Amino acid sequence: MTPIRVIESRTVVLPRDNVDTDQIIPARFLKVTDKAGLGRALFADWRYGPDGAPQPGFVLNQPQAVGCTILVAGDNFGCGSSREHAPWALVDFGFQAVVSTRIADIFRSNALKNGLLPVVVDPASHARLLASPGATVRIDLESRTLTLPDGGTVSFPIDGFSRHCLMNGVDELGFLMAQDAAITTWEASR
Amino acid sequence: MTDSTRPSRAGRTLFAKVWDDHVVVPETADTPAVLYVDLHLVHEVTSPQAFTVLRERGLPVRRPDRTVATMDHSTPTLPRGADGRWPFADDAAAAQVSQLERNCREFGIELHALGEAGQGIVHVVGPEMGATQPGMTVVCGDSHTATHGAFGALAFGIGTSEVGHVLATQCLLQRRPQTLAVRVDGRLGPGVSAKDLALAIIAKLGVGGGTGHVIEYLGDAVRALSMEARMTLCNLSIEAGARAGMVAPDDTTYQWLAGRAKAPTGAAWDEAVAKWRTLPGDADAAFDREVAIDASALQPMITFGTNPGQAIPIGGTVPDPVEESDPAARASLERALRYMGLQAGRPIVGTPIDVVFIGSCTNGRLEDLREAARILAGRTVAVRTLVVPGSVAVKRAAEAEGIDRIVRAAGAEWREPGCSMCIAMNGDRIEAGQTCVSTSNRNFEGRQGTGGRTLLASPLTAAAAAVTGRVADPRRLLEGQP
Ligand code: SF4
Repeated sequence: MTPIRVIESRTVVLPRDNVDTDQIIPARFLKVTDKAGLGRALFADWRYGPDGAPQPGFVLNQPQAVGCTILVAGDNFGCGSSREHAPWALVDFGFQAVVSTRIADIFRSNALKNGLLPVVVDPASHARLLASPGATVRIDLESRTLTLPDGGTVSFPIDGFSRHCLMNGVDELGFLMAQDAAITTWEASR
Repeated sequence: MTDSTRPSRAGRTLFAKVWDDHVVVPETADTPAVLYVDLHLVHEVTSPQAFTVLRERGLPVRRPDRTVATMDHSTPTLPRGADGRWPFADDAAAAQVSQLERNCREFGIELHALGEAGQGIVHVVGPEMGATQPGMTVVCGDSHTATHGAFGALAFGIGTSEVGHVLATQCLLQRRPQTLAVRVDGRLGPGVSAKDLALAIIAKLGVGGGTGHVIEYLGDAVRALSMEARMTLCNLSIEAGARAGMVAPDDTTYQWLAGRAKAPTGAAWDEAVAKWRTLPGDADAAFDREVAIDASALQPMITFGTNPGQAIPIGGTVPDPVEESDPAARASLERALRYMGLQAGRPIVGTPIDVVFIGSCTNGRLEDLREAARILAGRTVAVRTLVVPGSVAVKRAAEAEGIDRIVRAAGAEWREPGCSMCIAMNGDRIEAGQTCVSTSNRNFEGRQGTGGRTLLASPLTAAAAAVTGRVADPRRLLEGQP
């Protein structure tokens, strides 16, 4: 995994609450046995019409979305199904961070394992981000802060371990494998 | 509301007892806990990429004896053809299923494959074979793993990376969640089921209300529920955003488990029950949050929107966005009604529907099918109705009671087990613009097929809709009205 320290980008704003993982990637795209190329299915039912043509009104289809790596979404982003295909699709599309007032537990856990930073901010800061789509935002993982378009700074919570893993490109499986002796002892005690 | 400072000298909750019992390495400020997993359930959709990681790193599965696999999401619910082949929806579905077969063979994992007696929806077959037991930690790459909490297990859904972690180490890295007590006193009235209770709880908490929490269901009304009803209740915990839901084990639990294939026997059974009896939370145990619900006041519930929290009593009217003061909530309500094609202020009863689906890990068990059959018996369905047992065992038990004959005589389809129209991955789906009353758990946009509209309800309410072709109060039909 590529280490992440600073993410600086214009934002894409999707001001909907409770965006569930069935919207992030509909179930019919889950019949895969690898994770490559899922970005094409990201928000498929909102991005494309029934005939497969891009919906010009949808934010990801607009020219200003090109190259943006920060998604600002409504409250409770990523609820529903545990499918890791959701962060795979977001990352494959090019996103590095999702900003909301609340992020669902399993989605957050899955995002962290794929180099997608879940950022939870207070409702007032969130409202400012929603109000200025396309503004440039800077997220500094080291200081756990997000710099708003008007220059104000908000801090966001992130577990120290997850932050360490993201900043150093450490994968959690390696960390767990290193606990082998403790696991073996624990199993023997049962 | 929430308080992160936990009282230091209080009794422990059921959750705390199970959690503490599985900590291999305690959490610190810098690192999460290493938590041991007793039972890992695997299915075809969320596992292939995890097995790929094992192969890439040359790792074995640490405890194949604690791992059980089945196939359910992509599997057809029509029987094998005359040529002996299963009618898969497409090549991708068939490939995913054969990949699971290959992975289980290669890594030595017990698999209950299509056509075998143990096959079915992962959250139906785990309990029915007695693999899920009180006090266990249970995980699966599926958010409805919460179902298994009905046994007093700590059971939660994980992502595919974590499936790889558990396959390789039998452990997960976890921060201790907070606890939320949902106390349900009183008694559910006739025609009101665990599904209605769960929808009422989600409507009260909101779809994100349980985020960061494990729910423990307490109170007389919960104690009075059967095991199957408890599974329905715990299954829907995730729809309030909670990772897990738990019910303390009691005699109902032990009676249900006794004699099942993977349950202990003889002296080991007595020893296990003695240990299980220590699991219920202590009387002075404190929760981070508590909410209370009066079961006696509940009606059958039905959703009207595009998330499971958008539910109303069957006698209610579709909410009006103008009455919503919060602009974000108003916008999402407006959007939901537009998608659903429903009119604000109208009674939900009488809404015409096109399809009924009875099944899923929420309501695809024997008791659910019996409930549906109570209404279907002697009547004829007015719309396309699919009845899909949750497992091969459920199907056989239902057939032994004649439920299949009631379903067929009513003109409904009696299918092979699987997730089916809950997720529409196997070809069972509704068409754009169609409205389906479904006993499943998610009414998200397109969940049952692109452009499809879902109204979540109990098996009784779904069956009532099937025979009337409209949203109907099942209590009227139970009283014998046409
Ligand atoms: S029945 Fe539906 S919710 Fe349950 S495991 Fe299958 S797809 Fe998931």
